[in-house]
Amino acid sequence: MMQASLTSSDNFRDDVVLAARDISKIYGSTHALKGVNFEIRRGQVTTLFGENGAGKSTLMKVLSGVITPSSGEILLDGQPVTFSSSAQAREHGISIIHQELNLAPNMNVRDNIFVGREIMGAAGVDFAEEERLTRQLMAELEEEIDPLTPVEELRLGQQQIVEIARALSVNARILIMDEPTSALSAAEVEVLFKIIHDLTSRGVAIVYISHHLEEALEITDRAVVLRDGAMTASASRDEIDLQWIVRHMVGEHFDLGAPPEGYSFGEVALNVESLSVPGPGGHMAVEDLSLAVRAGEIVCIYGLMGAGRTELMECIAGKLRAGRGRVQLLGEDVSDYSIARRIESGLALVPEDRQRDGLVQTMSVGENLSLASIGEFVRRLILSPGRERQLVNDSIRNVTVKTEGGAAAIGSLSGGNQQKVVIGKILATRPKVILLDEPSRGIDIGAKAEVFRLLAENARKGLAVVYSTSEVGECLSVAHRIIVMSKGRISAVFDSSVSKERIMAASGESVAA
Amino acid sequence: MNDRTQVLAATRPPAVKRDSGQRRFSLSHILLEGRAFFALLVIIATFSFLSPNYFTGANFLTMASHVAIFGLPAIGMLLVILNGGIDLSVGSTLGLAGVFAGFLMQGVNLEALGVVLYLPVWAVAILTLAMGALVGLVNGVLIAIFRVPAFVATLGTLYVARGVALLMTNGLTYNKLSGSPALGNTGFEWLGFNRLFNIPVGVLVLIAVALACGFLLSRTAFGRWLYASGGNERAADLSGVPVKRVKVTVYVLSGICAALAGLVLSSQLTSAGPTAGTTYELTAIAAVVIGGAALTGGRGNVRGTLLGALVIGFLSDGLVIIGVSAYWQTVFTGAVIVLAVLLNTLQYGRRSK
Repeated sequence: MMQASLTSSDNFRDDVVLAARDISKIYGSTHALKGVNFEIRRGQVTTLFGENGAGKSTLMKVLSGVITPSSGEILLDGQPVTFSSSAQAREHGISIIHQELNLAPNMNVRDNIFVGREIMGAAGVDFAEEERLTRQLMAELEEEIDPLTPVEELRLGQQQIVEIARALSVNARILIMDEPTSALSAAEVEVLFKIIHDLTSRGVAIVYISHHLEEALEITDRAVVLRDGAMTASASRDEIDLQWIVRHMVGEHFDLGAPPEGYSFGEVALNVESLSVPGPGGHMAVEDLSLAVRAGEIVCIYGLMGAGRTELMECIAGKLRAGRGRVQLLGEDVSDYSIARRIESGLALVPEDRQRDGLVQTMSVGENLSLASIGEFVRRLILSPGRERQLVNDSIRNVTVKTEGGAAAIGSLSGGNQQKVVIGKILATRPKVILLDEPSRGIDIGAKAEVFRLLAENARKGLAVVYSTSEVGECLSVAHRIIVMSKGRISAVFDSSVSKERIMAASGESVAA
Repeated sequence: MNDRTQVLAATRPPAVKRDSGQRRFSLSHILLEGRAFFALLVIIATFSFLSPNYFTGANFLTMASHVAIFGLPAIGMLLVILNGGIDLSVGSTLGLAGVFAGFLMQGVNLEALGVVLYLPVWAVAILTLAMGALVGLVNGVLIAIFRVPAFVATLGTLYVARGVALLMTNGLTYNKLSGSPALGNTGFEWLGFNRLFNIPVGVLVLIAVALACGFLLSRTAFGRWLYASGGNERAADLSGVPVKRVKVTVYVLSGICAALAGLVLSSQLTSAGPTAGTTYELTAIAAVVIGGAALTGGRGNVRGTLLGALVIGFLSDGLVIIGVSAYWQTVFTGAVIVLAVLLNTLQYGRRSK
């Protein structure tokens, strides 16, 4: 199959390789897809835009054989095909990189890449050959990842690279990438885009999904927009811009807000003094870092993957032990407090990975919302259902969670609403200082705007807010002050009038263009 | 808005019912959710048809007092499994508790003082429960503080507790548990032998423990902590739940439940043997699983576990009554367990789409 694509000339470049005709998918009473028509052309990047729940992932799962459509057909090179599994789709040259990582953390990089299609030699698996190919892939991806490193020892961004390497290793001619950059740093994204260019010039068709609109615009040849399971627009790159996409995605103009004004900051709420946090490899993840945040102030921490943002936040929240230094909350030294006691004192963290650290999937929306403030509705060790219901209903209203009610299963919510539940859970503890590690990761632009609006609203009421991000655009939203971290230290501090380029330069990113 | 259900959710079978899209399949749904209940009805109906002796009040009470013996450790096991752990030591703890109680009932020879100390029965019971709590504490500390995998830690305790029971009795059985009026320590048989309102005391103990546990799970902060840390320990930790304390506590409670069962059993038999309760940990796990709890933690409830215990008890006693060989009983019990797990997979598997 690879052979065919390699010999393809420019005449074939715009051929439609895969087409979806009138695809519908019905789950129970929800129509996830309503008669979608979709084409993928050889040697082009087709980007699929749409909010969470618009049906992007469902459409991709249909195309890659993970699920079968309720009606409609898929044409591969003009011939109708049906896939009963993703393995079957892979045989036809369709490979998908899922949004969630699908790696075995206990196995090394080489074994993860070749799992299920081991290269057999005379004496069993030919590990040497697999290792050589893995090294070659990593060299192509410009990543210094040793093939024998266990995946669990890699950073999230590096794990994403492994996932991409695995998809590349099967010689796909149609490659679907669902949010491939959500865990990558700007430098890693650049490498990925270079790879995408290489692939398209070899005739591989790429389907790209991202919430990062500007980034996606950079590489796309064609844009398709989905809204509520239906296709709302489709056009080639030269006909579109950011406003066009957003207009078709949400139907109205959106921005991420501005720093709240018209009030003065209060006392120093959070004071971090020369904090050091040891990292996994013996080096310091955070080194001698000091930071003071006043009540009502919103501080954004920007940095690349591995800059130490997560470690800093987890240490302030009490999850990681500090090597050195102190954390003070409203003048009170909380360095030796447990997580529970810090929450009680008014310092709480919204973690980066909401599935792993934020939500309890076996509990309802309401039970998740009230989890961190059980003390509020316990009388003599016994829960008061009435007071809990009130707390849950207040939270649902405050953070505007779209749900049937507190009893709904947490899994029934979209990513953005799940994130609001995690934030609502922390806000219900009535914190003085709230830390949010990448609060916008993997949520759509509408939910993003709402999250930032929530932060601005609470800051106005006197909450000190610290959030981290790896998207420069998000630094320039509600933050009063932007702190750039690099290699565990603060490399620059800006106010909200700074340009994106200066922020990126301070983080150690190379700025293209 | 059905907000009431959210606080009661803990006492209900887990939540397929919340998926509105599946309401149309309500019949298969009810059958799947209430499977332990329907299995119990089928078992009762079948054996009532096969034997006239089965459907009698007397037989039900006898069967219920058998159920009490492994129903008690099953409730302790439920707490551990909700936490995402496993407690293999309950059978041994049960045996050790009986032997320990028997040892105390014989009189403790305090050589230094030259007296033999005969404790009243209530003191014996309390000390035995404390012994069970201690075994659980060892498990809990090993697992929560020293991070030994639950399977391995409790497997170790299984051997040690059984070994201690054998050492204490030198492999023999304590037969004189009735005490004597002269020493003021009579009444040990009360727990297993006597009846209150015509119901065996052991069964009442099981009901009381079940009610207390149901309340603990659905109406206390501890219950909420337990479901949260079983469902996602990292998220619970970051929400300020004292996950280690919860973990140690469930093993302590499991140890107490096992010791209580040991008291009831040795009282029923008026003897305490060191091999009592062998493999009861597996029966307890089976009851919890048949009751719909997920071995991965976070899902399950007391009502289900009780039904699971009744299914196992009523099935094996029924087979005895109609004269099926003991070997076949083992086969049937195994088949029921596998079927239960199969249905669990169906129930939870459907939701993860």
